[in-house]
Amino acid sequence: MSDRLREAARGLARWESGLAVVVIALLIGGPAISPDFLTGTNLFNLGLSNGEIAIMTLPMTLIIISGEIDLSVASMLGMASALLGRLWSEHVPMPAIFAVIAVVGLAAGAVNGLLVTRFRLPSLAVTIGTLALYRGIATILLGPTTVSGFPVGYTDLGVNGVPFTNDDMTWSTLVFLVGAIASGVVLHATGFGRSVFAMGASEEAAQFAGIRVKRIKTVLFMVSGLVCSLAGVLWTFRLDTAVQDNGLGLELDVVAIVLLGGVSIFGGKGSVAGVVLAALAFAGIQNLLLLTNFNQEATGVVTGALLLASVFAPLAVGQLRQLPWSRRPTTERIQS
Amino acid sequence: MNPRRAAWLAALAVSAVAALAACSPGASGGSSGGSSSGGLKTGLKVYVVPKQLGNPYFTVADSAKTGGAIAALNALGESGTETSGTAATPSSQIPAIQAAISKGANALVVSASDSSALCPTLTSAMRRGVTVVTYDSDAPACRDLFVNQASSKAIGTSEVDLLAKEIGDSGQIAIVSAAASATNQNAWIGYMKQELKKKYPKIRLVSTVYGNDDPTTSTQVTQGLLEQYPHLKGIISPTTVGIAAAAAVLDSPKYRGKVQLTGLGTPDEMKKFVSDGTVKAFELWNPADLGYLAAYAAVDYASGKLSGAAGQSFTAGKLGRFTVGPDKTIVLGPPLVFTSSNISKYHF
Repeated sequence: MSDRLREAARGLARWESGLAVVVIALLIGGPAISPDFLTGTNLFNLGLSNGEIAIMTLPMTLIIISGEIDLSVASMLGMASALLGRLWSEHVPMPAIFAVIAVVGLAAGAVNGLLVTRFRLPSLAVTIGTLALYRGIATILLGPTTVSGFPVGYTDLGVNGVPFTNDDMTWSTLVFLVGAIASGVVLHATGFGRSVFAMGASEEAAQFAGIRVKRIKTVLFMVSGLVCSLAGVLWTFRLDTAVQDNGLGLELDVVAIVLLGGVSIFGGKGSVAGVVLAALAFAGIQNLLLLTNFNQEATGVVTGALLLASVFAPLAVGQLRQLPWSRRPTTERIQS
Repeated sequence: MNPRRAAWLAALAVSAVAALAACSPGASGGSSGGSSSGGLKTGLKVYVVPKQLGNPYFTVADSAKTGGAIAALNALGESGTETSGTAATPSSQIPAIQAAISKGANALVVSASDSSALCPTLTSAMRRGVTVVTYDSDAPACRDLFVNQASSKAIGTSEVDLLAKEIGDSGQIAIVSAAASATNQNAWIGYMKQELKKKYPKIRLVSTVYGNDDPTTSTQVTQGLLEQYPHLKGIISPTTVGIAAAAAVLDSPKYRGKVQLTGLGTPDEMKKFVSDGTVKAFELWNPADLGYLAAYAAVDYASGKLSGAAGQSFTAGKLGRFTVGPDKTIVLGPPLVFTSSNISKYHF
């Protein structure tokens, strides 16, 4: 078992150093491509437009490592946004709205988790279902109306940065960084995290080892619901707009970043550090394309290509290792 | 530590900090641009952000060929760029605005796809020292100036005058509007009623119907009007969708020449109805002039010549002098009337 883990860690270390090279290349090459790349103003905008996506990658990382997937993240964001708009338009006080959104987010995640664990349904199918369901609830809540005019203190999320950063770091970036540290600690330094890896590698083995697989997976889905609701609140305030299609389609960006971060789509492998690097690379590439007048709506090409590349690359590397001329000396082969 | 080495280290540290400070872009953004000519700065980076790219109306308003915003910016020696999304929605327009801010824009000339959703982005731009001028469609809470195509009063009264000229000074007329809740439509209709009362007491407004800017609904409500009021002499439709739908309904021997139609329309959509005589005259503003004026206003503001205070005036090239009105608004002027004699000159 520990050998397998070590093997996984070694493979990931390589993957992450590759990502680090990409990020460093962006930092060096970016300013050459566009002199505006590393300016404070641009970094603020970059954080603004990628913050919520990045935040949602964190629970997704844990869920995919546990061997499941949550495709309803963007719909939960949209549902929280619609709820915020609807309740605000009915003059509910803000703290009460936040409480309702948190409860609804947890409940939405619990529905996903319970359907997956108690009914033994594949999470891919369940969360495609709730992707449509939660978006539908958002549509029922708001209909075709747009709610705006939230209090300036909240919409300033999209205007002001975190104090002492020269207004160059967005609040969503701060939430992401804090969340990343928390997820990293939980995943890599606690028994809970080890259980997540174990059930992703083999659910049966994990169960025999006494890990409460169902409970942990349900908790992960609930955390995802809560975090996506928070992302929905940030999204709504920074755009001062609640509409039923807020965040439509973001689940693909979230999954793409997590897989690009070296998390195995089959579960059991991955690291938060890799996902953080992938989020930086993803945001940097998207932003550079925008600065170089690439058609912004065609950046889906990038998401798609990165997704495919991150699924294919490990496979291709594995294939290459099988070729006779790239075989390593026997000693190393025994180690790996 | 050796004092000489300490001094060297200190010098190194100071110069490193100075170099970093020189490299850092500064939070205020909006580098001051180049030299000035006639009191206006040149070399300013001005981004023109229509509601969406590829919309013929905005292509005319913005492009250099038609004498729009970019033409004005070129003439002033600024660096003008048109940018936006491909859909007229905030989620499509905002990334383009953010990119423009990132690229060090000195001024933004924006037609807001949503009066509220763009606000955090535009406010952030203004906080970073970028001039924000809205044109065509306003975002009242978050801009330095708004260049309005025509005053509500001018639109309301001029359409009544156009129709009165066609039907004579008496008879039944009706209005085909957009949505019942549309602020601008209701303001125009209010002025129409005033003008009728004041100048044409024998013209009777018998009905106002709402086509919701949907071609099918507009067609249905127009047909309903004609059945309900067989003696109807004229229709005003102050919306481009409504007037095109109404014109298609009237485009038959039964109504042509008997029921007159005017309102706000685009020359491209109305051309065939003007050439076959269904419509004699309608109006709109000249989008190229609107963009041209907005560009001048933005450059004047970015050069510190305008602060938005009511009563300030400035010269906008070939269009002449303009004065800032209340609510930091500049009005382009009376609407442009299209008839068979001039319609072929316009393409949007």
